[in-house]
Amino acid sequence: MEFFLQQLINGITLGGIYALIALGYTMVYGIIQLINFAHGEFFAAGGYMGVILLSYLAAQGYMTTHPWLCLGGALVLTMIYCAALAMAVEKVAYKPLRYASRLAVLLSALGMSIFLQNGLMLTQGVYDKAYPSSLSQGGFEFGMITLSYLQILIVAITVILLLGLNALVFKTRMGKAMRATAQDKVMSSLVGINSNKIISLTFALGAGLAAAAGIMVGFYYGSVRYDMGFIPGIKAFAAAVLGGIGNITGAMLGGLIIGMVEIFGAGYISGQYKDVFAFIILIAVLYFMPTGIMGENIDDTRV
Amino acid sequence: MAEQPILELKNVSSNYGNIRALKGISLKVFPGEIVTIIGANGAGKTTTLMTICGIVPLKEGEIFYRGEPIHGRAADTLPPLGLCQVPEGRRIFPRLAVEDNLEMGAFFRKDQADIQEDMENVYNLFPVLKDRRKQHGGTLSGGEQQMLAIGRALMSRPKVLLLDEPSLGLAPLIVQKIFEIIEDINKKSRTTILLVEQNANLALQTAERGYVLETGRIVMEDDAKVLLNDSRIRKAYLGE
Amino acid sequence: MIQESKKIWKNYAIGLIWFFVLLWPLLGIHDDGSLTIGRAFRVWLYVLAATFTCLSLYMLHKNDILTWVSSPMAKVRDRVRAAAGVLPNWFWVGFMLAAAVLFPLFSHRYAQDVAINVLIYICLGLGLNIVVGLAGMLDLGYIAFYGVGAYTYALLNLQFGISFWVALPFAAFFACVAGCIIGYPTLRMRGDYLAIVTLGFGEIVRIILNNWMELTNGPNGLLGIKPPGIYYPSFAHGFSFEFLYLKKLYYLYYVILFLCIFTILAVYRLNYSRIGRAWEAIREDETVAELMGVNTFRLKLLAYAMGAIFGGLAGAFFSARMRFVSPESFSFLESAMVLSMVVLGGMASIPGIILGAFALIVLPEVFREVELYRMLAFGAAMTLMMLFRPEGLIPAKRVGTRSEERED
Repeated sequence: MEFFLQQLINGITLGGIYALIALGYTMVYGIIQLINFAHGEFFAAGGYMGVILLSYLAAQGYMTTHPWLCLGGALVLTMIYCAALAMAVEKVAYKPLRYASRLAVLLSALGMSIFLQNGLMLTQGVYDKAYPSSLSQGGFEFGMITLSYLQILIVAITVILLLGLNALVFKTRMGKAMRATAQDKVMSSLVGINSNKIISLTFALGAGLAAAAGIMVGFYYGSVRYDMGFIPGIKAFAAAVLGGIGNITGAMLGGLIIGMVEIFGAGYISGQYKDVFAFIILIAVLYFMPTGIMGENIDDTRV
Repeated sequence: MAEQPILELKNVSSNYGNIRALKGISLKVFPGEIVTIIGANGAGKTTTLMTICGIVPLKEGEIFYRGEPIHGRAADTLPPLGLCQVPEGRRIFPRLAVEDNLEMGAFFRKDQADIQEDMENVYNLFPVLKDRRKQHGGTLSGGEQQMLAIGRALMSRPKVLLLDEPSLGLAPLIVQKIFEIIEDINKKSRTTILLVEQNANLALQTAERGYVLETGRIVMEDDAKVLLNDSRIRKAYLGE
Repeated sequence: MIQESKKIWKNYAIGLIWFFVLLWPLLGIHDDGSLTIGRAFRVWLYVLAATFTCLSLYMLHKNDILTWVSSPMAKVRDRVRAAAGVLPNWFWVGFMLAAAVLFPLFSHRYAQDVAINVLIYICLGLGLNIVVGLAGMLDLGYIAFYGVGAYTYALLNLQFGISFWVALPFAAFFACVAGCIIGYPTLRMRGDYLAIVTLGFGEIVRIILNNWMELTNGPNGLLGIKPPGIYYPSFAHGFSFEFLYLKKLYYLYYVILFLCIFTILAVYRLNYSRIGRAWEAIREDETVAELMGVNTFRLKLLAYAMGAIFGGLAGAFFSARMRFVSPESFSFLESAMVLSMVVLGGMASIPGIILGAFALIVLPEVFREVELYRMLAFGAAMTLMMLFRPEGLIPAKRVGTRSEERED
């Protein structure tokens, strides 16, 4: 029983991370029907930017004097950085191919993914880069179950970001414009919505969330690697599809499910094959229920 | 008429995919008028409106709005100028609420208070929309969606309203009501209307002038009453 | 004209600034608490120099200022093409064939090694081409079939002592089975989804190979695989057959050359067959093909299986040549490389794919000093090709024209 609860806690933590990454995939696919292969690299870049900023702050001594300020500042700066990165990638590699074949833009995305990954490797090194470890200690203990402070922090930040995004997308004018553009791009132009700006915004938001996930994963596991984006990227995409591609609530739910399945699978079935569970879910969902749990949300008009 | 046309097309040609859809059409619309373009399916009526709005790129010719050239401008720059289209098939945003659809119509506007006022006006014009304002647009009936589409266009305070087949797929009673409202909008707010219709009878009864489009070319242009009584038109489009 | 130019330069300048802002934090913030600008600035300057040159050349070319260079170049190109066209196609093919056969006589080990790699990747590229180029399905996990073929031969050889040539059909068979297993659920999916599901499958295969210790020895790999061998008649002690392992590099070269030619011929015949026509129809517009009576599902599965077979054959050769297999060689990156050979060389274009394989294997060897930047350049090249020349270096020649392209 205690094992179950521990896995539950771990699963929720991991699920939140996947949800954050999945949102980027789902929003971008919803608006321009592109699987942004490079999205995993925004997650990795977030992890790296976090470690870069925090190491710098630690060396300057600010981490000991104002730890929360440093963390908060690093989080915000990282999110902004990755948002800027995503907007640049969209402008250079995807926008010119807006009316080209699906294959062309997929391959461009693939090229960008490889480019970014290697860019990270060349600028930051091939080896794991460690987070300053002053943060990750301590937690609550209930018998055999540990709920670390870090987990609470991660879940808290994740919930705040998810609620924030929800409010943005469903309550604000900009958010409604994003949904309108996703549902019918031509019509949204006809009412005066600049779809280019909206698409850039979508990329920026998605990457910002992925960056937050990256920095939190860096904390959680203690280090980052240049290729850390690849496998989580696929799993997050599986989560997006599971929830219904283009559907924001679906992505959140899908992330949670995939996280749980991975943790419980690793705990009860096999630790070695834990990556496989997410892939199997992806394939099963696409085969039996391609529109996902909560239904798709893409532009289903023609012309 | 001595005044300048508010919308003018000069020798406009454009393509639909690889096919030349419009072959050098020219037309004028004067302020405050209701002008209609009639023609069979595939004649190029929708392409005409889409070309005006910049969705379909122009191959040749020029388009002027209030004397300024608008060809080549991005589609989303036109509603702020007062040029707005209600496209074929309504195309309301299906998973946005009715009130959100209306809000999107006024997206480019900054004057919050006036937007609220305009929304109330739209609700007064179409009370059924007020009842359903929290419902998703996709759950509305055809007629209600048409009202929503028109209401959404009205939210932009258009000077020129382009309507693409407002009668399509609607019951006659509802069509009647919609056309009454169209005339009403024209009379009350002096909004210029360019109406594209397959239902030539209704269109020519509502409009003042008409153009006949056949396979991408304007083949006739005259006052609506004259066209209504023209034997060729009666044979081809009015079912005689 | 000037307006457009100004806009392009303005966008370029903004792009450069953004690039610097994005680059600096990665190179300029150090974990000892210092902030430098030198490294970032240097890299930025290189990028500035390279892109500025390219953009300038492009702008000059667009404004027809460079015609004093480009029109003589075009004339030379046309003249060469005319001269080459004098001799029939089969002459050139024969020439290349002769060159390939005689190659080992004029080269040393290193070149032969590279040549063997090129030939393996040509086989892989042609196999993937059946799936991507002919049938139009984006497969990102193709390397799994390569792995299946490799491990099949490895296991058959190590466990049962089966020789290479006997094992080849088995490798093809198991790869084909794998293709059918993977193909069955995925072929009903939309194009984008197909890509990522095949990627998932490729990863699953790699993970299984990596973790199933009893069968595959996991990450340690399998050692001691025997190379191909042949029986040859010998008159030493009367008439008998002697067995010889083809360990010498140039023997291996001929084996792969044989496999490669076989693959080229097979793909060529498939391309111009009824099946090839049906695949092209599916690639162009699947719905219409279905309506015309093409059994799309079966044909797509066939494409998948055939592609897998060629991958499996190449894989068997790979393990025979390396005498060692491990899951490392079958990662997603390899799939991406094979895909880019097909796409960059020219989809469904056999000479294009050959050129693509050549370029992607030989160029990194030539530029050994900048080995580090290989993958970076590779990624950038993929994107750039899609932006500027999506049809590939040697585009496939279309069989027939579309009605709307003929008219007007």
